[in-house]
Parts: sequence; structure tokens; C-alpha cells
Amino acid sequence: MKVGIVTFPGSNCDHDVYHVVKHVCGAPAEYVWHKDRLPAGLDAVILPGGFSYGDYLRCGALARFSPVMEDVVEFAKQGRPVLGICNGFQILCESGLLPGVLMRNASLKFICRDVTLRVEGGETPLTRGLAGRTLTMPVAHAEGNYFADPETLDRLEGEGSVVFRYVGGAPNGAARDIAGICGGPRRNVVGLMPHPERAAEPILGRDDGRRLFESLLS
Amino acid sequence: MAKKARVYVTLKRGVLDPQGSAVNRALHAMGYGEVSDVRLGKYIEVTIDEQAPEAEERKRLEEMCRKLLANTVIEDYRIEL
Repeated sequence: MKVGIVTFPGSNCDHDVYHVVKHVCGAPAEYVWHKDRLPAGLDAVILPGGFSYGDYLRCGALARFSPVMEDVVEFAKQGRPVLGICNGFQILCESGLLPGVLMRNASLKFICRDVTLRVEGGETPLTRGLAGRTLTMPVAHAEGNYFADPETLDRLEGEGSVVFRYVGGAPNGAARDIAGICGGPRRNVVGLMPHPERAAEPILGRDDGRRLFESLLS
Repeated sequence: MAKKARVYVTLKRGVLDPQGSAVNRALHAMGYGEVSDVRLGKYIEVTIDEQAPEAEERKRLEEMCRKLLANTVIEDYRIEL
């Protein structure tokens, strides 16, 4: 299971994700520069967190047009796993691979703290065997306020495409406390605002996030 | 000849605008009680080289808005040429 981790100008969680995939989970990983194409032989692609293009215009709006994204869209359409974390989730929404948009937090504040998530919906590559579990990991964002029109939200809920929900209320104002959703032909595209890579080792306080990577890599 | 297109990107009606609400509250605190609502948007100047008929220019600007300048899930746009 080989994972490609895309680095955009302004990505800052790419190394954390690489570390967790390669050193914590022991799977092959490689960085992919956003101006390059996806190399052959990848089994999953991760768009990491950060501030691609300085969040100019809208979060993820410019990254979406990076050359690599053409391949990422194709990869996703083939039903292969694509995971977007935080800014990666914003990029997936801007690129149309996932519906909706991440707006400015209702509090207008950058929120950096642990949150508890409930794993819901149908199974995804990231959540095999985890339905019903609660996981704790940090969020760190100013734009995590998930928004979609009511019809889209109803459709997501009906399809079991709401994959992660904040327990005890969304910290950021997200519609229906949504923290992460899935899409794609085989529920293979998953985006979430919290950072599993920052909670993947006991020495760093928590390792709930590791379960998501282990699911992806299994 | 270059000319300037003005693009206004605004939040759709019904989409909450926490920044607008914060500005609204600040104006109230400053004593501007007549203000009942504030909504923030973006003003974008796009300089284009004049080489196509205006209808064509407008069509291409609309395309720019749909593809990049606005996120039509939450935003409307208006173009002035």
C-alpha cells in the first residue's frame, strides 16, 4: 500500500502525514510536488493540511488548479482512496470531488484544540470497522464551518456519507456538526477537518488518529 | 487597450456571514444604531486586454467567476465591464 502525499506551496502537515504513514504505520510513502503528476503505482493519495497558496481568495481555491490535481481527480474517479485533511478537505470541496464548502468559523476565531468525533455512515477506506466509535484528535483551523444547502445535507445523511460528526456540538458552526464526509464512486474520497496525523502516537498524547491510517493502509 | 472589469463577489442570501455580523455589532457599539445588517463581500479588479467583443469578454469573465473567483455554492457574483 503505497501512499502519495501531495505538497502544495504552503502545505505544513505533509511531513507529519509522511511520518505517520512511513514510520508509525510502516507503509511506503512518498511526497508528490504539486507541479508534478502523480507517479505510477500509488494506492492512495493524501492532501495534507496547511495553508496552500496562503489561503488566498478562498481556502483551497487556488490549489485546486495545481497540475497534480488533474491526476488526483482522475485517481478519485477510478475509485481509489483520496484523503483530504483540513486544508486538504477544503481543496477536495473546491475541486468538486466533495460537495459543500468550508466557511469561516462562526466564532471568527482560529480554533486549535482536541475534539471528539463519532464515526458514522457507511464504511470508507479510512473508517473500516470503526462505525460507532468515538475518536479524539485536534482541530486547527479558521475555516472549518462546513456548509451545503439543505438538499445536499439531506442527501449526504441519506447516503451515509457523513463520516465524522463532532460530539457535543461543532466548535466551528459546521452544519449538522459535520466534521468529515465522503464521496466518489466507491466512497473512496474522504475529507475531514480534524488532524488524525497529530494524534497518532501515545508519546504525543493520543493515538486515536492512527486507527484511521491503519484502516487506510490495511 | 487594457480595460478594467469589476467583479463583485457576495455571499448568497441565507448564508450566514459571521464577519458581517461582527462588523454590524461593532457599528452598533460605535453608536450607529440605524445599521440593521452588514454583509461582507469581495471586490475584484480584473484588467483585460481588449481584443474581443464585449459579449465575448463578458462570457469569459463569467467563466472565470464560476471556475475560480466565486464559489457558487455560497457566493453570487456580478460583473461590471
